[in-house]
Amino acid sequence: MKKKINISKTSSQRLITYGMVIAAWIILEIFLHTGLMSSHLEGLLVPMAYYAIVAVGLNLCVGILGELSLGHAGFMCVGAFSSALFSLLTVGKIPDGLRFILALFVGVLFSALVGFLVGIPVLRLNGDYLAIVTLAFGEIIKNIINALYLGVDSKGVHVSFESLMALNMEPEGTVLINGAMGVTGTPHDANFTIAVILLLFALVIVQNFIDSKDGRAVMSIRDNRIAAESIGIPVTSYKMLAFTISAAVAGMAGVVFSHNIATLQSTSQYFGYNVSIMILVYVVLGGIGSIRGSVIAASVLYLLPELLRGLNKYRMLIYSVVLIAVMIVNWAPGVIEKRTEFFDRIRKGIKNGAA
Amino acid sequence: MALLDVKDLSITFGGLHAVEEFSLSIEKGQLYGLIGPNGAGKTTVFNLLTGVYKPTQGSIILDGRDITAHSTEEINKDGIARTFQNIRLFHKLSVIDNVKTALHREFEYSTFEAMFHCGRYASVEREMEKKAIEILKVFSLDTVSSILSSNLPYGQQRKLEIARAMATGPKILLLDEPAAGMNPNETAELMETISLIRDRFGITILLIEHDMKLVSGICEHLTVLNFGKILAEGDTKEVLSDPEVIRAYLGDDE
Ligand SMILES: Nc1ncnc2c1ncn2[C@@H]1O[C@H](COP(=O)(O)OP(=O)(O)O)[C@@H](O)[C@H]1O
Ligand SMILES: [Mg+2]
Repeated sequence: MKKKINISKTSSQRLITYGMVIAAWIILEIFLHTGLMSSHLEGLLVPMAYYAIVAVGLNLCVGILGELSLGHAGFMCVGAFSSALFSLLTVGKIPDGLRFILALFVGVLFSALVGFLVGIPVLRLNGDYLAIVTLAFGEIIKNIINALYLGVDSKGVHVSFESLMALNMEPEGTVLINGAMGVTGTPHDANFTIAVILLLFALVIVQNFIDSKDGRAVMSIRDNRIAAESIGIPVTSYKMLAFTISAAVAGMAGVVFSHNIATLQSTSQYFGYNVSIMILVYVVLGGIGSIRGSVIAASVLYLLPELLRGLNKYRMLIYSVVLIAVMIVNWAPGVIEKRTEFFDRIRKGIKNGAA
Repeated sequence: MALLDVKDLSITFGGLHAVEEFSLSIEKGQLYGLIGPNGAGKTTVFNLLTGVYKPTQGSIILDGRDITAHSTEEINKDGIARTFQNIRLFHKLSVIDNVKTALHREFEYSTFEAMFHCGRYASVEREMEKKAIEILKVFSLDTVSSILSSNLPYGQQRKLEIARAMATGPKILLLDEPAAGMNPNETAELMETISLIRDRFGITILLIEHDMKLVSGICEHLTVLNFGKILAEGDTKEVLSDPEVIRAYLGDDE
């Protein structure tokens, strides 16, 4: 008898997502190395990857937990700054590769911690309070860091919200955060390949989590909180868990961000609510609860307006047509049905072909 | 000693005495009926027993332990599982995942193992799957295990809710109008399934039913509720021939 390789439908779905990301990476790398890519497009690759990472994290919160967050740029901000400070302080003291891995831990840990703290007062409540609280959190964290001056010298850490002078630093001390001027000199540790590896890592964690007893518990709360309680699901703990992981994934994207930019500034352009909403748009248009959809939507919808710059007056027109098309593909029940049918047929074809 | 001992349970909603001094004693293995006209307070009794509402007075003793102050989540752990009059499935989860979700306490692996599908994940998930299929088989739902639960026909949705409650391994199962909205065939079949799970699993069942004829077939004991108060209780035959009970029903069920 032939031995059957048993890959369940959910795990093959996961593999397709990884395969898609890796294929896209290979193609883009080929373009990069053959010089076929404009430098403009080249500069968009890393942001595309970190927005895809945040979108994956946000979908865990919005699609799987069923809670709206309007502050994921804030968690990205926490991850970016905490890891940048770590790298600044340890550059030259720890070998590069190890330092970046540790910076990653620092960024993820801090954003997870902040996510946990934001979650405590809100997630025990039943109702749509998370959206408003995360919105406020995102703006507050961005503005605080924007106003913060931070430095270290032999006497220790100096903090001020006024000016660089007010830090009263020794001349040989290091300025870490220079107010609105932000952080400079963070080692340029992240590139497109590293960003893609981290995207894959985020996908592994989030997709595996969804397909586990923890993931089912979280989705049961989303689908019917009262029923979830009735079967003994500890609702608040699972909500906290999912939200904390979601914030941590956004923080991971922040680490890529801060290690790929010359000057890290806490401005609205990077960490404002408009960014949170942009990522939410990726999640919604990619299909709420569809992790692969988030990656595709984030990549396409981030690149498109940038690539269409040359077309000037038609740019927004084409962009809106694409938005509508994406929405139809991911939301119209009839199209979804046809799409599933189509892919089922392909899958069956592959199976028959392999047998 | 009774498995479930309820004493003087009361609750008011803004002046309305929804349930007043409700007492109930159920022995292990009994199939007990709670009946009464619409709005009598039956569902409210279930909500009190499962910690959804906190009683203003009274006590709930399960297996010798006072669980009156426990949360819904704790009460399930204590050994009470329920279904809902208006079906509450996890509608975006498959049939089998609805049951697997309810097996969360029996099967254990860490969040780390969940995120990396390592360690105990594979073996525990396999066991969980086996157990879930076993439970689904009791309700003839194993053939539709991978369907989205919201796509099930109504009768099967009701059964799945019972299967999910059973999966938590309760000492006592509370069923809130399990046959509501079913046709006579489906109803007869469901009542058979309910008797069957009682006999097979030795589980104790408290069943709410609006329709008197239905319960008389399978319940040995009844409590009749009317306007939040107990109207009659005891042996099914005696209760159903009680003139007061007949009057309460005739007044409502015209
Ligand atoms: N949460 C609530 N708030 C206010 N009134 C309620 C609430 N729950 C139930 N009631 C009232 O309590 C009474 C009993 O309701 P219920 O227990 O659902 O009746 P039954 O299940 O016997 O049909 C009804 O009059 C109902 O309107
Ligand atoms: Mg009711």
